[in-house]
Amino acid sequence: MASVPVTARHGAAMPAGHRRTNPLSFAVIGVSQLARMAVPLAIGAVTIFDKGEMGKLLLIIPMVVAVLGVNFFIAWLRWLRLTYVAGASDIRVESGILSRAARSVPYERIQDVSLEQKLIPRLFGLVELRFETGAGGKDELKLAYLSRDEGEALRRLVRARRAEGTLAEPEGGTDEADEQAQLLFAMDRQRLTTFGFFEFSLAVFAVLGGAAQYAETFMGIEAWDPDLWQQVFALQERWILGLGPMAQVLGAIAALVALLVVGSATGMVRTYLRDWGFRLERTSRGFRRRRGLLTRTDVVMPLHRVQAVSISTGIVRNRFGWKSLAFVSLAQDSGSSSHVVAPFAKEEELAPIIRIAGFAPPADGLDWHRTSTRYRFDSIALKSGTLLLAAIPVAMFAPAPFVFVPLVLAAGSAAANFLAWRFRRHALDGSQIISVRGLLAPSVQIAQRVKLQSVEIAQGPIARRRGYATLHLGLAGGTFTIRGIALERARVLKDAVLASIDQRDFSALT
Amino acid sequence: MDNDAVTTEDALTSLHPNHVKLLRLQTGLAAIPFVIASLVLEGADLVPPGLIFGPVALLALLAIVRVPLRRHHARGYVMGADLLRVVRGILFRSDSVVPFGRVQHIDVNQGPLERFYGLATLTLHTAGTHNASVHLPGLEQGLARAMREEIRAHIRQETL
Repeated sequence: MASVPVTARHGAAMPAGHRRTNPLSFAVIGVSQLARMAVPLAIGAVTIFDKGEMGKLLLIIPMVVAVLGVNFFIAWLRWLRLTYVAGASDIRVESGILSRAARSVPYERIQDVSLEQKLIPRLFGLVELRFETGAGGKDELKLAYLSRDEGEALRRLVRARRAEGTLAEPEGGTDEADEQAQLLFAMDRQRLTTFGFFEFSLAVFAVLGGAAQYAETFMGIEAWDPDLWQQVFALQERWILGLGPMAQVLGAIAALVALLVVGSATGMVRTYLRDWGFRLERTSRGFRRRRGLLTRTDVVMPLHRVQAVSISTGIVRNRFGWKSLAFVSLAQDSGSSSHVVAPFAKEEELAPIIRIAGFAPPADGLDWHRTSTRYRFDSIALKSGTLLLAAIPVAMFAPAPFVFVPLVLAAGSAAANFLAWRFRRHALDGSQIISVRGLLAPSVQIAQRVKLQSVEIAQGPIARRRGYATLHLGLAGGTFTIRGIALERARVLKDAVLASIDQRDFSALT
Repeated sequence: MDNDAVTTEDALTSLHPNHVKLLRLQTGLAAIPFVIASLVLEGADLVPPGLIFGPVALLALLAIVRVPLRRHHARGYVMGADLLRVVRGILFRSDSVVPFGRVQHIDVNQGPLERFYGLATLTLHTAGTHNASVHLPGLEQGLARAMREEIRAHIRQETL
């Protein structure tokens, strides 16, 4: 084990080997703050000159200087108290004026070092170093600011130390040339059209509502003014009443059809825009997905980066056997971390993709476990109980028949939850943990136990009394939670996961 | 691997005794505004004297004397050969396990109050979205650093 430099408790004394960031960095911070203060200062100046009181300027200037001085002083203290050391096995940064924070990042965990130059640091020839480790909390190590040479040197050092380990770069050379891609999944126009029908959406009405509000502000039409609508309806009502019952029914049907057409058209347009020319291929570097009509995206996901797979579906499309497959991955996919790799496919089309990713679809004869029956009772009691409570004020204040509304809802909710319980289950197989839930639209989540990051057993006050727990599994780029299982079962799962994790180190996985 | 140390419930190591004092000081500081507010309300002579200040002071006393002790007893950790287990919570219990092989980086943090009592918080960061960082407060500062060294050494050793 490397010897540990003892942290300095007081100010300027710096342990051997520790280094400070570039002294100019506090100047950069000061100048950046000046730039940030420019807008409020300008506004202040305008209002002062507006009133024509130049005398106040004499008061303002010392205040601004004092504020700047304090800022510079704090920036200088921060600079003084921030030290870093590139040790034998890790990089450490210690910082803080009153509170002290010490962070240690082992070289093995550093995926990449990026140098970033914003405008102002660039003027001073300084760079900000970011050490990317793939930590879930976006709480990465940063060093601001170092001189360009020092930054480059540190980056070379980190890369050299990384290479010293057994770690060969997993994504080796960039062999773009020998792309013999194997097509895994594609959607032709017919499939896309079918998909569009199932993506029925009434979002367009929300957009129209928003547009109406704009119209209100810009054109002076009061969309929420009851008088306007009363006039409109009064006009329509006379007209509708004049039509006779047959025409009224026909009108209602026409309105519904119009709604369906608009909803389907919206879904169709959105689907075409997003998934036009959808192709999923397997290349030497992993999965490659291309899609999009106007903005075409091209994403490559290395095989080993896939942390878990999830299969989901909708209530209607499930009747026709359509499912969607997504990968949970460390890499980001335009903000969301789950990558849809087959948005609209049959089960037999999904299985080969899942296998290539290194996962196995749930096998027959797995030892499925359901949630605890106590959890079922408690959750039904809680959900229906609130509805029953709502029945009391209804019974007191509303006309008599209305009391049946919450009562029927409570009974319905209880029945639905009772049924859904049968379909919420989980299982362990050779190397995976599988969770299935949903009655009408079942969704499946499969994770490899060895790729999980942590295990937590959480219990609320009721759960503790009743002996069940929620199991949270740390999944890079996603969540994997199994609710309401018996405590003993949660412990069994925890041990299984820990035993699997123990076999391989994180660095060997990514 | 030997998981027995992890599954048995009573093998928890408790935190440093100063942790109780720290929690008391923290709750005490948090209670000050409420006590002042109750005194102000008392001064307004809206209700019989002591009707507001009495209960508030009682609650504050309970929160300062009793609750930190219970919170302290509810917390604990197990430093296993290759994992750290952190248990916490009175009402909402949580029992997290982080294998050293999954630790991304390690923080040792000390707030001003923690420094006063010579305590530190050890934070393990993982790549998971849930439990991205697991905090273990109330460690003696030397111990926190020693634990960091041990975990870091383990990461190194597992990779090689």
